[in-house]
Amino acid sequence: MSENTARTHAIELGHLARGEPGRREEEQPTVTLKVESLDLWYGEQQALKSISMEIPRQQVTAFIGPSGCGKSTLLRCFNRMNDLVDGVRIEGRVLLDGQNIYDRSVNVADLRRRVGMVFQRPNPFPKTIYENVAYGLRLQGVNDRRTLDKVVERSLKSAALWDEVKDRLHESAMGLSGGQQQRLVIARAIAIEPEVLLLDEPASALDPISTLKIEELVYELKEKYTIVIVTHNMQQAARVSDYTAFMYLGELIEFDRTSTLFTNPRRKQTEDYITGRYG
Amino acid sequence: MKPTDLPPHISRQYDKELEDVRERVLLMGGLLESLLDRTIEVLDSGDRELAVQVAESDYQVNAYEVSIDEECTEILARRQPAASDLRLVLAISKTITDLERIGDELEKIGRILIKQIDADTPRSRYVGLRTMAARVRDLLHETLDAFTRMDSHRALELIKEDEKIDEEQDSILRQLITYMMEDPRTITSTLDIILAVRALERIGDHAINICEYVVYLVEGKDIRHITLEQARREIEERG
Repeated sequence: MSENTARTHAIELGHLARGEPGRREEEQPTVTLKVESLDLWYGEQQALKSISMEIPRQQVTAFIGPSGCGKSTLLRCFNRMNDLVDGVRIEGRVLLDGQNIYDRSVNVADLRRRVGMVFQRPNPFPKTIYENVAYGLRLQGVNDRRTLDKVVERSLKSAALWDEVKDRLHESAMGLSGGQQQRLVIARAIAIEPEVLLLDEPASALDPISTLKIEELVYELKEKYTIVIVTHNMQQAARVSDYTAFMYLGELIEFDRTSTLFTNPRRKQTEDYITGRYG
Repeated sequence: MKPTDLPPHISRQYDKELEDVRERVLLMGGLLESLLDRTIEVLDSGDRELAVQVAESDYQVNAYEVSIDEECTEILARRQPAASDLRLVLAISKTITDLERIGDELEKIGRILIKQIDADTPRSRYVGLRTMAARVRDLLHETLDAFTRMDSHRALELIKEDEKIDEEQDSILRQLITYMMEDPRTITSTLDIILAVRALERIGDHAINICEYVVYLVEGKDIRHITLEQARREIEERG
């Protein structure tokens, strides 16, 4: 037995010894993003009301809730996309690895490099597949062909797109199908190695098979990234996420492990929503 | 979140499907209750025809199990139920398995009683069996009642009944052993009565299982294989 396998065994045995047999161990993951009493107004309209939560590292956290509940607004707070909206006012703090991202000293471009985002509609640039993925690096001044080749291949592989496009890297990205374009956009986002990946309804414009591919991808990507996903599709949240937050009218109603929230939620509003009842 | 007092689903068809399947579980339970009633009547009257009815009604119970199972599968596939709806479908799917086994036990008891009647066993020999059958019938009745009303507190109380039934079984067995020691010619028929006692005890166990599903359905807590005290504490903790 090599030293490595011995160590793995020791860890597994320790794991068994700690918990009751047959029960899954619930380890407490560390936190990437911490939201503290966050309020947000669009003009007079308050869109987020005193949100406090902790987004665990290298886990998938899903935001669910009816339209207008503030889930996309909250997601956009995590890389300050709301700064671009006129008349927006934000109070409270969002800490990324302990640092308040709304602090004056924060460079927003830097923040968005660390916190990548993918939207509902795939938005590839009208360039080649290769250039789409290389874009972020080129922006950072990286032009070395070999480095770029490596990153493009690695990113496309991580995004589960490599096999489909490796023979046509220099064709236009606009010729890809919607599902492929969305994976390309994800490849573009992870090419610059962010810590957090924000996905705003990444599969709602895709067919069921492409949707499953994106979900499978999300599952694989959490090995390296902290993922926050907004979705209208509750089954999707149940399938891909480790934690789920239910929001309603700008408030965070319930935040729990997905397995608990979908089998035995604590709050009536959550129950009504996920079982499809009149609230 | 408890499934009682929830508003209706936006899809009324879904409400209807869940209500239908729940109702059929109650019909299945009602059938078993009436079979237990008939068993008690046989013990009182020695009516052979009634005993044959008890022994041969298993197919009706099985038919319920198969069709309810089908409905559950369909709801799971079409509706992807969540939270209390999911727990309801799971609890029903488990409940009917236990109900079907109760049907099997009743069939056994029916066959044993036919044999006893044909062998002219004196009725005094199964006085104990009759008392136990009445107790098990009451337990089943109350279990189905707790299921209907989604009353987890009652279900938790009923779980305690298990001990009483076990005690009763022990005392009946002691009595039957005395019979056999006094008159070895009774051994064959007494062994059969012991099997019937054992079948009643199993019916009690299945009813207790159903009580546990009721608690799971209402409270979202799996209380199988833990002590009652622990179960009560966990439910209170969750509030």
